[in-house]
Amino acid sequence: MLLESIWFFLWGLLWAVYFMTDGFDLGIGSLLPFLGKTEEDRRVMVNATGPLWDGNQVWLLSAGGVTFAAFPRVYAVMFSSLYSALMLILFALILRGVAFEFRGKVDGPGWRKLWDACIFIGSFAPALLFGVAFANIFQGIPIDQKGVYQGTLFTLLNPYGLIGGVLFVLLFLVHGALWLSAKTEGELQTRAASAAAKIWPVEVAVAVVFLATSFFTTRLYANYLANPLLFAVILLTVAALFGIRVFLAKKAFFKAWFASALTIVGATFYGVIGLFPNMFPSSMNPAWSLTAHNASSTQLTLKIMLVVVIIFVPIVLAYQAWAYNLFKTKVTLEDLAY
Amino acid sequence: MDVLMLSRLQFTATTIFHFFFVPLTLGLSVLVAIMETQYARTGNETYLKMTRFWGKLFLINFAVGIVTGITLEFQFGTNWSGYSAYVGDIFGSLLAIEATAAFFLESTLIGVWVFGWKKLSRRAHAVVMWLMAGASNLSAIWILTANGWMQQPVGYAIRNGRAELTDFAAVVFNTFSLLQILHVVPAALLLAAFFIMGISAYHLLRQQNVDFFTRSFRLGLVVGTIASIWVILEGDMHAKHVTKVQPAKLAAMESLWNTTSRAPVYMVAVPDEQNERNAVEIGAIPGLLSFLGHGDFSAEVKGLKEFPKSERPPVLLTFLSFRVMVTLGTYFAVMMVIGIFIRKRLMENPWYLKLMMLSIPLPFLAHTAGWVLAEVGRQPWIVYGLMKTADAVSPIAASQVAVSLVAFILVYGLLGAVGYYLIGKHARLGPEAVAE
Repeated sequence: MLLESIWFFLWGLLWAVYFMTDGFDLGIGSLLPFLGKTEEDRRVMVNATGPLWDGNQVWLLSAGGVTFAAFPRVYAVMFSSLYSALMLILFALILRGVAFEFRGKVDGPGWRKLWDACIFIGSFAPALLFGVAFANIFQGIPIDQKGVYQGTLFTLLNPYGLIGGVLFVLLFLVHGALWLSAKTEGELQTRAASAAAKIWPVEVAVAVVFLATSFFTTRLYANYLANPLLFAVILLTVAALFGIRVFLAKKAFFKAWFASALTIVGATFYGVIGLFPNMFPSSMNPAWSLTAHNASSTQLTLKIMLVVVIIFVPIVLAYQAWAYNLFKTKVTLEDLAY
Repeated sequence: MDVLMLSRLQFTATTIFHFFFVPLTLGLSVLVAIMETQYARTGNETYLKMTRFWGKLFLINFAVGIVTGITLEFQFGTNWSGYSAYVGDIFGSLLAIEATAAFFLESTLIGVWVFGWKKLSRRAHAVVMWLMAGASNLSAIWILTANGWMQQPVGYAIRNGRAELTDFAAVVFNTFSLLQILHVVPAALLLAAFFIMGISAYHLLRQQNVDFFTRSFRLGLVVGTIASIWVILEGDMHAKHVTKVQPAKLAAMESLWNTTSRAPVYMVAVPDEQNERNAVEIGAIPGLLSFLGHGDFSAEVKGLKEFPKSERPPVLLTFLSFRVMVTLGTYFAVMMVIGIFIRKRLMENPWYLKLMMLSIPLPFLAHTAGWVLAEVGRQPWIVYGLMKTADAVSPIAASQVAVSLVAFILVYGLLGAVGYYLIGKHARLGPEAVAE
């Protein structure tokens, strides 16, 4: 029982770290056509995430791998149920990844325009779809007793799911704009900072709508009401959200980015805590939901994987922190690699 | 077509495409690391140029390999949920370990390597390349361990309606996996050696950057010679193990229908699956198959008829892929040995250089044939003897898979075309064009 619960929260943590890290890459990609007025701007934007996006993306693979290892039935049912949504995400991420590498390899405006469009679609679509998918998981998915999905791609595009999608996009846009503000200079920096300041109130408004709608369409608050101390997580997240605005006003961009990172982690955990122990709740019958307890691997596998994670995740965090630190300086036109 | 067939086609297409790029990443990362070490030690600018030039080709290839790998991990969930739920306790943990213990390092360091030229010392930058190369190959080792378990499941018990892990060490040190690792990793080096030698040959034929490309060619030659001979010797051990644990695959590899002592290998054979015989059999070498399978010319080899029709792999495809792989493997070794003999007179042997240039695609074909043999030869099982592929597929709508399959073909077709166009373009431009 305990091991499954530990794994449930580790699972949540991996998703949270994925959204926190790749979130700003996705945000910058989505902002590319709007903030990148000149080819120089766009190159600087792409290079601002250049050394880091690939390492960030592995958190997604790790989250997927851990779902497979620790909760094989969740992995099986979740990924097959969300087939089309997940495929769209994968295609988008494929285009984004090669676009970074390809865009500078041929010198021509048409060539770069093509790959810039791929970066935009490849960033915006996953941001939106991850939000739609997770919001739908929060409210329950129409799966039957055998875990067979009784809907289509369009079943997921309900109002609550779409609010979740929009919220994710906004979280990532602010996150990306803040990273750009911290990493660039001059006019581009001014534009990025002003974009963050303009999107922030919308982010707050949609977050409020999402929190309120969750009360009516999901059972997320049941855990919070049973244990009111948990509301601290929501309060901390809201505090971080307002911290963004405070630091932004002081032009302390890295601090604002950290506040945004905390907001994203908090937002993920808001849902994860509310779900517990459900991982893939059935909207047709609560008894058919997949939980940390009825869908997990054996104790032996959970133990082995726990040892692996306890050893390797801190190592990964250490060398990723080293890499972030190595590339914390402003992106200048002299050292562009993409 | 039903979900099963569509999902199989999709997995085939996405895996084969992915594996056009992976072996070059595995092998070339090591070769570039060797070049960069030379540079770090000697400070010789030619080695820096080599690192930069081959590194650029490496990166284009790497990008396509990385993005197409994501799809594979997720496809086990999207298309093979029956499989995932049944064996996730064992198979899932291997994939998760791969991501956490290897793939993270590879993906984080690639960014550091590309962007860190001015931020790191010469030595530290070379160390990053070695760590990258090590992590890429370690990644491959975990994936091959996972595949080896599908070939020869060990360390499990069937409980609660699924395969549950009982012995982790047995899974990690599975003989089948070890044999696959020792085959595929050196074969990746061989492929990268051919890649470097072929492109170098192109420039040597045009008398461009002769010093640069002679050095590159020689590095490829040394690594390629060792790898090509190793792959053949190891392949023989591998075949003996297959004889023991996957007798149906072995019988299909040689299209042997009846259990035979002193089983021969035919130079030419044409399998006729309908009538359970070979339509043509020419040039028998008596006892060779017995020897290859058991190390004894008179040993008995099981034929396909020993197995019910429902448990035989598709014979023609298994048979052909084995022949293609072995023929090419022999050709590679021969070419390498010739290269050793004429290494000092390369420029006087344009025929050899031309042949090497034209041979660039062949190791890719050999790798693909090897995987077709491994995977098609295992059919109808997804996990040998334990679970059939037909029982592994997800309960999803065929239309969904049809759409994604078409999308994969279009998107991957485009990516492949662009990727190889860019590799070709930058390979032809030569080291001068690599901007600082």
